[in-house]
Order: sequence, then C-alpha cells, then structure tokens
Amino acid sequence: MNAVTVAHIVKKYGSKKAPVHALDDISLDVSKGELFGVIGPDGAGKTSLFRILTTLLLADSGDATVDGFDVVKQYKAIRNRVGYMPGKFSLYQDLSVEENLRFFATIFNTSIAANYELIKDIYIQIEPFKDRRAGKLSGGMKQKLALCCALIHRPSVLFLDEPTTGVDAVSRKEFWEMLKALKQQGISILVSTPYMDEAALCDRVALMQSGKIMSIDSPRNIIKKFTKTMWSVRSAEMYRLLNDLQQYSNTEKCYAFGEFHHLVLKNNGVERDEIMSYLQYLSHREIELQVALPNIEDCFIELMSSTGK
Amino acid sequence: MNQLLFLLEKEFRQVFRNPAILRSVLVMPFIQLLVFPFAANYEVKNVLLSIVDHDHSSYSKKFISKITSTGYFKLTDYSPSYNKAMEAIESDKADLIIEIPPGFEKELVKENKSKMLLAVNAVNGTKANLGGAYAVNIIRDFNQEIQVEWMTFPSFNAIPAIEITSSNWYNPTMNYKDFMVPGILVTLLTMIGTFLSALNIVQEKEIGTIEQINVSPIAKSTFILGKLIPFWIMGLVTLTIGLLVSRFFYQIVSIGNIGLIYLFAMVFLLALLGVGLLISTFAETQTQATFVGFFVMMIFMLLGGLYTSIDSMPEWAKWITKINPVAYFIEVMRMIVLKGSGFAAIKYHLLSVLGLAVVFNSWAIWNYRKRS
Repeated sequence: MNAVTVAHIVKKYGSKKAPVHALDDISLDVSKGELFGVIGPDGAGKTSLFRILTTLLLADSGDATVDGFDVVKQYKAIRNRVGYMPGKFSLYQDLSVEENLRFFATIFNTSIAANYELIKDIYIQIEPFKDRRAGKLSGGMKQKLALCCALIHRPSVLFLDEPTTGVDAVSRKEFWEMLKALKQQGISILVSTPYMDEAALCDRVALMQSGKIMSIDSPRNIIKKFTKTMWSVRSAEMYRLLNDLQQYSNTEKCYAFGEFHHLVLKNNGVERDEIMSYLQYLSHREIELQVALPNIEDCFIELMSSTGK
Repeated sequence: MNQLLFLLEKEFRQVFRNPAILRSVLVMPFIQLLVFPFAANYEVKNVLLSIVDHDHSSYSKKFISKITSTGYFKLTDYSPSYNKAMEAIESDKADLIIEIPPGFEKELVKENKSKMLLAVNAVNGTKANLGGAYAVNIIRDFNQEIQVEWMTFPSFNAIPAIEITSSNWYNPTMNYKDFMVPGILVTLLTMIGTFLSALNIVQEKEIGTIEQINVSPIAKSTFILGKLIPFWIMGLVTLTIGLLVSRFFYQIVSIGNIGLIYLFAMVFLLALLGVGLLISTFAETQTQATFVGFFVMMIFMLLGGLYTSIDSMPEWAKWITKINPVAYFIEVMRMIVLKGSGFAAIKYHLLSVLGLAVVFNSWAIWNYRKRS
C-alpha cells in the first residue's frame, strides 16, 4: 500500500468563466517510508496539493488517498495519522515552547511523554529554551519547534509545505538531516520546496509547473534523462557573453547559472573549438569553457521549455 | 473532556499574558460606569434664555425672576427687540426667546388675560423639547400664582381647577442614574461577548494556527466550547465588577434577586458569544471582524432601548428589537433592579434570549468549517 496516491486531481480557483488551474490533472504515488519532494516555483500548485491531501481543501475532481484512506470519505481517519506543517507554520507566540508542544499533543489526543522518543533528537536542541515564549525564538528554533509539533502524535505521513523557505543555509542543512533521521523511523514524508538544490536530497521528486507535473522520478534518473551536452561558460564580460551566446546559431538555450552561464546546443556534435572561435571572434577575453554536469535545475529549465511550448 | 480542560487552560494562560484583554475586562467596567452615566444624561439644564421685555412692569419682572430662579434657565441675553434676540440665537448665545409684549401687566389686570411669545431653537431636538416644556410649565405656574393672588380678594367665581400631581413609581426621585447604570452594564457585557470572542477566533485564523487545529482530530464542538467558555466566564466577572460599582458608587441596590440577573446574564452571554462566533466564521482578518462587529453593535445599541424608548420606535424597528438580545437584557435588568420583578415576569424574555442563543450558535457552528 502506498503512503499517498493521487489520481487525476483537478482544483480550479477563480470565476467559472476564467478559472485558474491550480492543479491540472495531477497523479502521483508515494511509497511507504519514502522522502518525496514536490519541486516547483511559487504558484506551481504545491500548497493546494498539500491542502487537499491533509483534508483541508476539497478537490474539484479526482481521487486521493493518504495511508490508504480516502481524503474525502475517510478524512477523520486521516486527521489522526498525518502531520502537517504549513508553509506559514504558526505557533502561539505568547505560549512557551513547552506549552506549544503540549497544546499540539493535546489536540491530537496524546501527550509529550508518549512520543518523546520520536522527537527527542530534535527537541533536545530547543529544550534549553523550553520556558521561553515561542515569539522570542530565532527562526531556526521556531522551525524545529514547529517540526516537533507536527510530529508529536507520531504521524505515519508527514506533509511539510516549504519548510525551509526563509531559513538560513545552515539551518536548512540541519533540517534535511532531521528529515533523513525521521525517514529511518519509517515515516513517509512529502516535502515541497522551491529550492532545486534540495531536490537531490529526496528519494524521488515531482517537478511541478503551473499546476502540472512535468516529471516524477528519482533525482538521479531525472538528470540521466538530460541527454544533451551542457557547457558552462564564463568570460570577462558576462552580460555581453550571455547575449552573444543566445545569438549563436548553434545555441538551443543559454541562461545565467551562478558564476557561469549554462549553454545547451542544438546538436551534441559541436566541438569545443567551434564555440571558442565564435567567442574569440567576438573578442571575448578570459574565456573559460568546459562540459558541465547537469543538475535538477537544468532539467527543470529544460522540461519547462519543452512542456511550455 | 481532558482536551477541553487543556484548551481552557491554554486560553486563560493567553488571556493572562495579554494585558489588553485583562484591561478591557477589569478596567473598562470601572471607567465606563464611572464616567458614562454623568455624561449620558437626559436632563436638560442650562438652557440659554433670551428675554425681550417690552413691558418693564412689576409682573414681567416677577416672571423673569421666577424663570431664572428655577435653575434650568440661564439668562444670557436681554434684548430690546425680537430681531435682536434672534441674532443671539443665531450666534448660539441663546436657545430660547421669551417675548413679553408691551402692556402685558395692564392687559392682565384689565382683561384678565395676556399673551407671551415663546420661540425655541430646535436644532438640538431634545433640548428644544424639554426646554420648551419647562418654560410652559413655569408660565402655567406663574399664571396660577397670579390667580391665587387675586383670589385673596374676596371673589365669587373662584375658578375650580383640577390639580394634577404625579408620583414616579419604581424610581420615585426620577434618578437618571438608577435608570442608566443597569443599561450601561448590559452594553459592557455585549462588547465583551461579541468582540473578544470574534477577535480571538479570527486571530487564530490570522496567525495560521487554525490550520493546524483543523488537521487535528479535535472535534469542532470541543474547539468551539474551548473558545466560548473563557469569554463566558470573563463576561460574568465583568458583570460582578459592574454590579459592585453600581452598589458602592451609585448606591443602586437591586430590589429584585441578584441571582436572577446572573441567570439571565448567563443565557444572554451565550447568545452574544454566538454572535461573536458567527462574525468570526465570516471574517478572515481582525480588521474585518472589527468592522462587522461595530455594525452589529450599533444595531444592538441603538435598537436596544438604552437611549430611546422601544415603545416609541416605528413598527419595523420594534420587530428588529425582537431579535436583539441586548433589548431583552436592558429591559430585564431595569425590571429586576428597579422594580424587583421575579422569575415569572422575565420568563418570556429569558426564553426569547435562549432561543436567540440557540439560533446564533447553531448558525455559527454550521458555518464553521474545518475544510474549505
């Protein structure tokens, strides 16, 4: 049995005349114990999908189950076994760390002691501040407390909606370590994120764009599907370089990527020398040109342009 | 049950950590009850009087000294002509003109009757009405005095007259505060019941904690009870403070049973919390809730019989007061405190408010959705 199944879910917002498809015929499966990433930019439909799966939102059509229970008919059973951390996870600012945790334990009909084992590793980090009001915690600590609150009733499926948005790089890394540890405990985790670099940390990812899933696979396989050669290029004049490469007759696409520009050519047969001579002809200096390994972001951009047309 | 107890504990913790709520529950009754009854006063005093005396006789002087000695009027203008007096009204120096025609005394003595002109600035309706009525009363009194004066001369046709004396039941001294304070107490309870509950739930929406509560298996009824009970208790605390203030500051001792007031307040608060809950299910932000709350409060207050008598409202407005819990409570409060009414007398009011409580709360619970 899968932790989550989604079949042909459609959700529209707005008026009947001009509906906006937040989710346009989405289907996916998440296995038990999997760390599944939903990757996509803002407005891709990630939150709508999570809200449907956590029984907060009704889909217009399609079916979905969580832990084997139907999200519409058996929503009560689901509410007992999912943990949900909304993008804007909120704690009671005027209650202390411990009081917040106790509150969420109580509304799930359990106690901190009953599931302390599960949250121990995370809670131990914020325990020194347990009498502090939640409003006075730092961002990273708030997020840890939020995760504890979402876990306190030992959910079998955990939904994390953009948990790392607005969190610093160190805390983000720590957070993903925590997720890996939770996976070891047998909890299935669905996590959404707009950060492509986090995709590589998931077992499988779904790449979403404008309410559609473009690809579902393990990060490695998604990268494997990227068969074209990709070059990374830099020179002294980066902006002119980008324009020139986009003008280049062999270029399929070229975009800025950190310190380099990533260049994909129309056919893989083109040699390094050819590109070099083109750039030298345009009198670029300090040219660095090498074959680069594509990552998820490159795949995402590739998929976006191929499905977008 | 355990869940509910914990919810209550959490709610009270938050209340005690929120100075604004504590202040409004504990201090507001003091301030409102100490300040409001003095300001919201129907008695019209200091009506500015302008006199145009063309007669300058002993009778006209006698009349002027009589009217100025009552305390209701303040002689601010003494004009030679009616037009001049009008100017005083236009520049707000006077509210009322009394013009005594030339030959006032002569005619009174000779013809046994005389005329006087009374003109009132009616921009402020209440002041005009009452000021005019006072003046007419004083003139009638003056008239009688003169008759009595003449009757001391032996006369055959002493005019037989019916003298009217009235006594004010339940509030014999017509003490305005006895009448207002119980009513103001009701408005206080109304504010706490409607606003605090509505804002509290909407706040959970605003900060987003309601999302987490919605995905939890907690029952809708438990959550709502957990929200309503604290404010119900706070309302009763406010009522207690208010009753103490009116007892020790205004010496208003309820003639009727205080327990009956509490019984009614318990049901009344239930109805108002229902209204607050209902507002919170419609509003997404505290600003929205505040505006809707104010709108509802205005209707409750203006059609509640605190300032204006419900009996003098038009028929359609009377119908609205039938679904206004505030109107029932203000009436019951006055009945119990001033008249000493018992349970039998307020039974109908109690049942009506109970009915309203059921309607508002069921509507709110029906409208509160854990999913959209």
